Amino acid sequence: MTTETMENSLNVPLPASVRSRGQILDMLVRNVTRGAAWLVLLLLAGIGLSLVLGGWQALKTFGPAFLWTDAWNPVKENFGALVPIFGTLVTSAIAMVIGIPLSFGVAIFITELCPAWLKRPLSIAIELLAAVPSIIYGMWGLFVFAPFFRANVEPLLIGTLGQIPGIGGLFAGPPLGIGILTAGIILAIMVLPFITAVIRDVFETVPPMLKESGYGLGMTTWEVVRSIVIPHTRVGIVGGVMLGLGRALGETMAVTFVIGNAHRISASLLAPGTTISSALANEFTEAVSDLYVSSLILLGLILFVITFIVLSLAKLMLARVERRAGR
Amino acid sequence: MDVALYRSRKAKDKFAKTACFITVTIGLGALVLILWTLLSNGFASLGLYLFTENTPPPGSIGGLANAIVGSLIMTILGTVIATPIAILAGTYLAEFGRHSVVSSVTRFICDVLLSAPSIVIGLFVYQLVVVPMGHFSALAGSLALAIIVIPVVLRTTENMLSLVPPGLREAAFGLGAPHWKVVTSVSLRAARQGMITGVLLAIARISGETAPLLFTALNNQFWSTDLNAPMANLPVVIFQFAVSPYDDWRSLAWAGALLITISVLGLNILARVLVGDAAKQR
Repeated sequence: MTTETMENSLNVPLPASVRSRGQILDMLVRNVTRGAAWLVLLLLAGIGLSLVLGGWQALKTFGPAFLWTDAWNPVKENFGALVPIFGTLVTSAIAMVIGIPLSFGVAIFITELCPAWLKRPLSIAIELLAAVPSIIYGMWGLFVFAPFFRANVEPLLIGTLGQIPGIGGLFAGPPLGIGILTAGIILAIMVLPFITAVIRDVFETVPPMLKESGYGLGMTTWEVVRSIVIPHTRVGIVGGVMLGLGRALGETMAVTFVIGNAHRISASLLAPGTTISSALANEFTEAVSDLYVSSLILLGLILFVITFIVLSLAKLMLARVERRAGR
Repeated sequence: MDVALYRSRKAKDKFAKTACFITVTIGLGALVLILWTLLSNGFASLGLYLFTENTPPPGSIGGLANAIVGSLIMTILGTVIATPIAILAGTYLAEFGRHSVVSSVTRFICDVLLSAPSIVIGLFVYQLVVVPMGHFSALAGSLALAIIVIPVVLRTTENMLSLVPPGLREAAFGLGAPHWKVVTSVSLRAARQGMITGVLLAIARISGETAPLLFTALNNQFWSTDLNAPMANLPVVIFQFAVSPYDDWRSLAWAGALLITISVLGLNILARVLVGDAAKQR
């Protein structure tokens, strides 16, 4: 209902001064708030634009080959994005492989298995853990997890999986503690609360009636989860997972501590590597030449585009679940 | 009744339940372990000197005073810059242009940016502020933090405003109040508590952010409250000290990490309590 129709429908004649004052203020408030909305929109659109401008020099110098060049030589000023992109994708993939089953288990436990009194504290704990700054995860990874991993797990991996022909190459090399696999595991722990919180929320949208019908037919808890809850929330689950993936792709601090920052692609997951965000965090303030800075900004643009696509898809999928639950 | 089938179904159920228990143990165990490490290392180096001494050069005694003050200044400034813009824009989205194209685009982009990599925001402010000014500055750091605050506060404001019962607004319209009066005196007032929660959560979010400060505020070994110069801040100091080879720097990093985590969790709990109160009043 607009203001005009409101005022026309009033038959009480208002003093002209009151009415015009009201109209002016109305217009003012409406336009100021609209201006703020536009400002926010432009600001956020400006992020993409500024990255394009900043990365322009590198884009002009290296062309699209920047995407698949594996060179990273600050002295000869030859840069390519392949190694950081590879590191970003591989660490995120490891994080998803480990993180998704864990989040699923925790979400199923919270919604279906745990006693009622434990439900709220557990939910709150998960949400609080999602708020812990990522630098804390990074420090823990560096000081606690990496030494433990080097001493206990990596020799075991090299000794067992590393000896199998075919996949052995993935677990070759000296146990360093830091590296791609460590970064992936730390990321998995970090995205666990995010994914769990979303999956728990979409699980809660399943109408109780459906679940109760299942139980009434004599289904076991697992059968209810597998045949009722998961099919009903499939889209939302994918959305939650993509949200976690978006986080993992762009995560900086948790990775920078434990990735080892080495600009090379190794077949072994135990070798150090680099990701887009960790390369930025480590090298940006030390980059001296314009082309170096521009190449790093171009890396940032690539990261922005990848995460934007992933997060947009996540958002669209979750919106579909919300609409269905609202009906 | 088919006993074999029955048994296998029960076994599968048992297996799945056990798997769930194991994941909960692993997942929560890891998270508890992280907090435990933080608490034990952090408390070991906690002391009054953290708040009175500045960050030291390697090998000498020092605290985190300049970093704590720097973080406070930039967090407050970032919040102060972002909150009015975000609340105004959120008001437009919920009250004036609920179905307009600008609103849906802004809403979508804000949602995406809630989870977008914060290091990219650092790059943006670097280009926007640091390059033209020619040097790193606390102002740039605050702006970077402000950009992170905007989507959080905007979306909470909008959500809280849309929770205000339409009847309240209609009652005010029925009394002949103009739209601006309805918005300021009815909608915004009813949604106030939820909006405060949003701001608190945004502050919690930015007080631990490291990545966007790396190329904006940088760091400063000395006491500085000059907005036009690099400023020390807890996250970057923690990062720098934690990867250093010096033991006293590392223990300061743990203390700083503990301070940040306590404030972030404290703000989150406070926000939760406020929401609980608001729910009770309704």
